[in-house]
Amino acid sequence: MQFLFKTAYNDDIRFLAKTGEKVRVSIVVIFLLAAPLFLQDYYLAELGLLLVYAIAGIGLMLLTGHTGQVSFGHAGFLGIGAYAHSVLLTVGFPFLLSILTSTAIAGLVGMALGRSASKMHGFYLAIATLAFGILIETLFGEWSSVTGGHMGYAVPALQVFGVPLTEVWQQYYVDLLFALFVVVGAANLFRSPTGRSFVAVRDSELSARCLGVNVEWVKIQSFGISAAITGLAGALLAHHLTYLAPDVFGVLESLKLLLMIVVGGLGTILGAILGAIVISLLPVGLSFLKGALPPAIGQTAGLEPLLFGMIIVLVIVFEPAGLYGRWMKIRFFFETFPYYRKSSFVRQKSYLKTERMR
Amino acid sequence: MSSARTLSVKNLSIEFGGVHAVDDVSFDVEPGETFAIIGPNGAGKSTIFNLISRLYEPTNGTIHYGGQNLLDLPAHRVVSAGIGRTFQNIELFEHATVLQNLLVGRHAHMHRNPFSNFLFWPGVRKREIEHREKVEDIIDLLEITQYRDERIADLPYGARKNVELARALCAEPTLLLLDEPASGLNNEETDDISFYLDDVKHDLGVTLVMVEHDMNLVGQVADRVMAINHGKLLAIGSPDEVRENPDVQSAYLGVTE
Ligand SMILES: Nc1ncnc2c1ncn2[C@@H]1O[C@H](COP(=O)(O)OP(=O)(O)OP(=O)(O)O)[C@@H](O)[C@H]1O
Ligand SMILES: [Mg+2]
Repeated sequence: MQFLFKTAYNDDIRFLAKTGEKVRVSIVVIFLLAAPLFLQDYYLAELGLLLVYAIAGIGLMLLTGHTGQVSFGHAGFLGIGAYAHSVLLTVGFPFLLSILTSTAIAGLVGMALGRSASKMHGFYLAIATLAFGILIETLFGEWSSVTGGHMGYAVPALQVFGVPLTEVWQQYYVDLLFALFVVVGAANLFRSPTGRSFVAVRDSELSARCLGVNVEWVKIQSFGISAAITGLAGALLAHHLTYLAPDVFGVLESLKLLLMIVVGGLGTILGAILGAIVISLLPVGLSFLKGALPPAIGQTAGLEPLLFGMIIVLVIVFEPAGLYGRWMKIRFFFETFPYYRKSSFVRQKSYLKTERMR
Repeated sequence: MSSARTLSVKNLSIEFGGVHAVDDVSFDVEPGETFAIIGPNGAGKSTIFNLISRLYEPTNGTIHYGGQNLLDLPAHRVVSAGIGRTFQNIELFEHATVLQNLLVGRHAHMHRNPFSNFLFWPGVRKREIEHREKVEDIIDLLEITQYRDERIADLPYGARKNVELARALCAEPTLLLLDEPASGLNNEETDDISFYLDDVKHDLGVTLVMVEHDMNLVGQVADRVMAINHGKLLAIGSPDEVRENPDVQSAYLGVTE
């Protein structure tokens, strides 16, 4: 067991207070920084893609995991970021300005969606966001004068300050830079009033309101920030795809994002990252599986969505806290060995919430 | 710290689909006093609190606090007018720690800007520490130090009641609405609560309005009591006067069956 003696309020504000955490995070960051030295291009590109999905996952996590607002249409924001960025680059915007503008556009659309969604709950919210996702996908298809419609849209090559970054490792570092920025920023949110107001709205709108939280405005903010971050991921994703098509940003992609954060563990930034890892490894595992299965099953179309759905269900049934929750248990096991008891993680019975207002 | 403010409720009424949950109720709460609202189940006590908190829109009547018309305010501004509250069925942020809950309690006093928060500009840290100091004062006052870093979901019921009171106090209210602060507590915990409420009243100078069934507690802490039934006012006066009032007695006997 590790005891933490706190001597200043700053200890609670500082990131990574425990030595173990510091070491683990440093190892991961060093690995990521050094990856181009030992990874082949193929794997490096996959790693870059993983980082992009981690960014998108963090975006959705802020909204669904932290503010408690589900979104079945987040691929729409991924698409808005991707298309806006590509179009702006084509028009001649420099890279940084273009990525900033497309992030802002996605954020504004997110705020608009948040405004209409701020009074909805549960099922209605799910349907509204799903409809939004479908609407955006349709828009990409129909607005062909700008998006190229179903013919697709060629993404201009990556070029920063006039320097072409066409090598895989160069693009990888661009992804890494943005990923680190977003991870630190999201963590910052949760050690400051904005992030706390998100969590407050998730856990009890009623008392949040009575403590001075403008619940509708917080939801609009959360939608906005979430959409902006997901839009940023979309802009980076565009460079990986090199060719945009509307159906890339459809309902299945939205489900994939949702799967990521559910598998990783709702409500933590680390959960979003773990989820991104699973999603990135899934196709690899799937191709193994396809080889191993008899062709009649292995070659069936729709195996992937089926697997997605199955994983979501299994996670929700067996480990609602996701991979992050599992990790906490494993760590707790080693820290308290040999005193681990399963009951440490059995939640207390929660008190009745049915008569909320009375 | 409490500026002299009176809570003044006049002819307050609300209907839910024909049910007069609160029916033409008027009362004043003077600064510094402890005012208790009693009545049988379903009498409309919590509804009065929800009306003052602006969670419900009254069908008739006015609510003023310190000369300010509360009906002009949306629910999330009521706390800035100086009115805090707790809930009958504990409304804490379950998956956050006690400390985080209390910091949300300071929300009304917080300067918040998502951009500066995302980048964690130096001013953000400074203000966090200032708010933290206020929160620590309340933690000391209610003696919940040992729970500071616990998640609410891991706390026993009695501790949750204390934390909810603490969270309401973090907003530095001048008037506190307490909806059954002792419900579900054992005798010892009830004594603790009455002790803490005394501190809140005398050290912080907060005016208290409480809904409570425990007549012992009411007798101990309340200066005046209001009894209601079926949304209607039955009696207002000292605890003994109200206890002896025949209407009040029959109201309680009537529903005890
Ligand atoms: N949101 C609502 N919608 C419909 N009816 C309501 C609502 N809130 C309260 N009521 C009704 O108003 C009446 C008063 O309820 P209230 O919760 O104020 O009672 P109470 O005095 O707090 O009772 P208890 O001691 O059980 O807490 C009840 O008949 C209740 O059903
Ligand atoms: Mg009640």
